[in-house]
Amino acid sequence: MARALVTLPKVAKAGEVIEIRTLIQHAMETGYRRDSDGAMLPRSLIRRFTCHFAASGKAGPGDLVFATTLHAAMAANPSLQFHFRASSTGSFTFAWDGDDGFAHREQAQLLVNA
Amino acid sequence: MARELEVVSAQRRRLLRMSAAGTLAIVLRPLHANEPPTPLLADLVKGFAAGAVTREGRVKLDIAPLVENGNSVPIVISVDSPQTDASHVTAITVFNEKNPQHDVAQFTLTPLAGRARIATRIRLATSQQLVAVARLNDGSCWTHYVNVVVTVASCTEE
Amino acid sequence: MASRIASRRSCWSMREALLLTAALLVAPVAHAQAGAEARRSGFTYATPSTQALQQDDSQNPAMLWVADGRVAWNKVDGEARKACADCHGKIESMRGVAPRYPAVAAASQRVVNLGQQINQCRSTRQRAPALAAESDALLALATAIAFESRGMAIAPSQPAPAALKQAQARGKALFHERIGHVALSCHDCHDTLAGKRLGAAVIPPGHATGYPIYRLEWQKVGSLQRRLRNCMTAVRAETPAWGAQELVDLEAWLMLRAAGMPLETPGVRP
Repeated sequence: MARALVTLPKVAKAGEVIEIRTLIQHAMETGYRRDSDGAMLPRSLIRRFTCHFAASGKAGPGDLVFATTLHAAMAANPSLQFHFRASSTGSFTFAWDGDDGFAHREQAQLLVNA
Repeated sequence: MARELEVVSAQRRRLLRMSAAGTLAIVLRPLHANEPPTPLLADLVKGFAAGAVTREGRVKLDIAPLVENGNSVPIVISVDSPQTDASHVTAITVFNEKNPQHDVAQFTLTPLAGRARIATRIRLATSQQLVAVARLNDGSCWTHYVNVVVTVASCTEE
Repeated sequence: MASRIASRRSCWSMREALLLTAALLVAPVAHAQAGAEARRSGFTYATPSTQALQQDDSQNPAMLWVADGRVAWNKVDGEARKACADCHGKIESMRGVAPRYPAVAAASQRVVNLGQQINQCRSTRQRAPALAAESDALLALATAIAFESRGMAIAPSQPAPAALKQAQARGKALFHERIGHVALSCHDCHDTLAGKRLGAAVIPPGHATGYPIYRLEWQKVGSLQRRLRNCMTAVRAETPAWGAQELVDLEAWLMLRAAGMPLETPGVRP
């Protein structure tokens, strides 16, 4: 079971650029490590992260803000920090997908004042 | 090869301009001035650029010159761009020279991102060169090559 | 799959963060037996980026384990169908607990570390199976509980009850005993050579102030016992089993050695 932490302000002014920080628990097994018996630990990585934003009232996850294709060179418990230009109140959908059926979703609200 | 000559002659032209003006100052090399690119990374950049004009500058790959543990190396990639509909970064890619695989990550940005600045943590197997390549919506590509020294932990479990 | 979505401010108030950093960097109380590196936390030897990782709750990967532990705290478990919260209330009530461990467990009258205490509660109160040593489940609970005491002085019971005093004395003897093919004792490196280098790394005095800790080398959270076993492997000594008396005794001595220093859990180290 994955644990994720998403950090962002609850409120922003229209036009303000805010910072979003994400952190998710995942070993990001490279496929190059061996266990204590010498057997190769199979590769198992988060492959893709996306952040979408949907203005209030709009159906679906909304528009793409930021995405990342991750490879074995990304550190374990991957951290991704990026920005967002606030324009209207709405909600974010954060999605992590990877090997062995790994899938995790988080949501967050943003209240935007004029 | 042609691109390297292009860079060198640009530097020579700048030096000539400065000496002509009578002010040949000592140029201090900033800590993360562009390193000469290794051929392997230059090739990967060429593949990513796919024929687009590629220049050094505008993108900055911030990474500590000396890394305490290669398992978790913080990096910040920032691009000098207003990130508006008219002018924005569409993609950034980071390649490494000496890990078993050369891809680190590909980032997709949109004007909604507001600022072209990404921070994350990566893994480096050993001391090596890295490159960040940014593509703008006008199709141009920009690079920053950086050398990193990675030390290994002394007390390990193995 | 709940998670914590924090506001932009970290858990620490600016004042708390400054106070803890000041406490960590201020000239330490000299320990009679040790050298000049007497009572510096390993935090002070880490690079600025590693220090920054420890100080930012939105970035410290160990906070993922704290979040897991907080969920587990409220989860009903075992034949008794009880959650930790049913007996102990909110997890915030655990403030002041971790700085006392290892301690004498009331039920068994044996010296146990925090992880063993958690398992004792699980088996006697929840009638649930013990969580495996060094499992993420156990580490999450231990980290979440110790997190509640962050900033408090490490404080093993003083005067120590007999069982604890004996454990500390045994631990101190082990700390000074040369082990392994390399024939080094903890004291040789972490007292006598503290502040000097082993390879590229500075040898810290080894005060156990940040456990359970996120070690970049491990790429996850781990216990003090894991770190001790690492060192023993490094000097080519046999490693005791998880939870072995020798390891608990060493922990008891280390926490007495660090008494008065602030608890940093969850620390981040290379």
